[in-house]
Amino acid sequence: MPVVNWLKRRLVVIAGLLTLAYLLLPNVVVTVFSFNKPKGRFNYEWQQFSTDAWKDPCGVADMCGSLSISLQIAVWATVGATLLGTMISFALVRYRFRARGAVNSLIFLPMAMPEVVMAASLLTLFLNMGAQLGFWTILIAHIMFCLSFVVTAVKARVMSMDPRLEEAARDLYAGPVQTFLRVTLPIAAPGIAAGALLSFALSFDDFIITNFNAGSTVTFPMFVWGSAQRGTPVQINVIGTAMFLIAVLFVLTSMVITNRRNKQKA
Amino acid sequence: MKTTPDNSGDVRLSGISKTYDNGFTAVQPLDLTVPEGSFFALLGASGCGKTTTLRMIAGLEEPSSGTVRLGDQDVTHLPPYKRPVNTVFQSYALFPHLDIYENVAFGLRRRGVKSVKKQVEEMLELVQLGEQARKKPHQLSGGQQQRVAVARALINHPKVLLLDEPLGALDLKLRRQMQLELKRIQTEVGITFVHVTHDQEEAMTMADTVAVMNGGRVEQLGAPTDLYENPRTTFVANFLGTSNLIEAEVDTKNGADIVLKAGGGKLVLPEARCSAPTTAGGKVLVGIRPEKIALTHADDAGSIPEGRNRVTGKIADASFIGVSTQYVIDTPVCDEFAVYAQNVERDGRLVPGADVVLHWSPAHTFGLDAAQDIDAGTEEEAA
Repeated sequence: MPVVNWLKRRLVVIAGLLTLAYLLLPNVVVTVFSFNKPKGRFNYEWQQFSTDAWKDPCGVADMCGSLSISLQIAVWATVGATLLGTMISFALVRYRFRARGAVNSLIFLPMAMPEVVMAASLLTLFLNMGAQLGFWTILIAHIMFCLSFVVTAVKARVMSMDPRLEEAARDLYAGPVQTFLRVTLPIAAPGIAAGALLSFALSFDDFIITNFNAGSTVTFPMFVWGSAQRGTPVQINVIGTAMFLIAVLFVLTSMVITNRRNKQKA
Repeated sequence: MKTTPDNSGDVRLSGISKTYDNGFTAVQPLDLTVPEGSFFALLGASGCGKTTTLRMIAGLEEPSSGTVRLGDQDVTHLPPYKRPVNTVFQSYALFPHLDIYENVAFGLRRRGVKSVKKQVEEMLELVQLGEQARKKPHQLSGGQQQRVAVARALINHPKVLLLDEPLGALDLKLRRQMQLELKRIQTEVGITFVHVTHDQEEAMTMADTVAVMNGGRVEQLGAPTDLYENPRTTFVANFLGTSNLIEAEVDTKNGADIVLKAGGGKLVLPEARCSAPTTAGGKVLVGIRPEKIALTHADDAGSIPEGRNRVTGKIADASFIGVSTQYVIDTPVCDEFAVYAQNVERDGRLVPGADVVLHWSPAHTFGLDAAQDIDAGTEEEAA
């Protein structure tokens, strides 16, 4: 009986830990194998500890080139989708115009549609237009599917904003531009930031749509996919681990900053 | 801090009206002058157009017709950020992303004032929030947020301060306290205050002049005592406090008094206190406030002095509420006659079922046009 009681009291904690383990296990495997020294071309079996790959992360031909392309596309797709998506959100919430309802539902289609369908139709479109496949076609495709996510995130924020706040700003001598910069934008910022982060992550790891519309350009996910058929260099694990650590670092820093700010105030 | 009166703080609304795109007319054409330095209240039930009127003064709503003038300046078409007017919003509308200090400094910074520190600190002292300067609005209580909203508006030294139901979200005790506080601040800074409220007690306690609004129109305008003692419409009579209204017929005129017939008895009403036309045989509504009425047991009816208006009846209900006892009396002229008697010397015979005589001085009687809805402005109607 004491065992049952002990379990009962800690059920939530245990379930939480198990879920966390389930989520993090793949990351642990990736990290562990980034220190492996595989015998063959495949990095699937543990052989011996080595930091060779960490010392020479760009040692594999073309890998860092594709990483750089992926990062560039992710940055520009984030900028483009966030800008457009924020403007769309404000238009949808603030104004009543023709076809507003239609736009409102159409904007979410890319989220609901199977990626492979979108990829194929985009390719058809680009081919019919005679567009040169490559960096720009990938960028256009990424901005398109990131838009829906930005709109979802920003719209929720704008809708919950009290319209009196902007009235109060105008009442307190802020013109339209000042009102937007000093009140509207800062209050919408968390939504915009969430949309931007989502965009970056989605763009960076997209494979299906990118693969269809890349032409001869190779992004990082495409490189990983390609090498997985011929042999996986340890460096892929190094990049993966590094990305994971950078993300964790970001989260921790922001948490520390918020905590410190709250403590100063109290 | 008091400014010299140069009438630049007068608010003059002429023929101002607001009809929305959907055809709803919130404000019928109205003329209103708020003198500089006064505490003016717009009082009415929700949907009476009081807030729309306020928003037109602030510039947040464009009037469909008419002009808004501040002193000699026509501001009808000026955007809100160019008007020397500030607003305390309902639910305060404090900027959630800025701390208290920056909320208060907002107006000064937007006008390009370089050193705001001294002014902001002084203003926070005035509203007793110096300690809270670095907190965010959500960390403050309702009453504190309300004071920040007032400070944020007042720091700009506006010609006119607009208050849109500023105390609506506070509990009763805090509301009473803030009423006095606002009144004190207004006296101290001497700025014209225009206060929108649906709470008649609040309007009467705070304002020098009250405009009672109903259905987009100003029903009556005047000092609180004037409105209370001499209501000119049934709406004002019922909305401001409680009134007993009796349907009566004009019988004869006797000098400055009108003699009326009501339920078999006669009542006297000074002609000066009647806002309705009084031709013989015509109908008027006779009004009397419950606290002006004295209650005497029917056995002592002989002791009532001559010349007082009398109505006989039977006590239907009596509720003791400490300072007074509120009676409901069934009479031939009105079956729910309200009487508030102060608990000075209580007559033990005045219990439900007792026969009584209600009597009051004719000077406290008022007369209204009988063509109106007798229940306008009562709580039963609002519900």
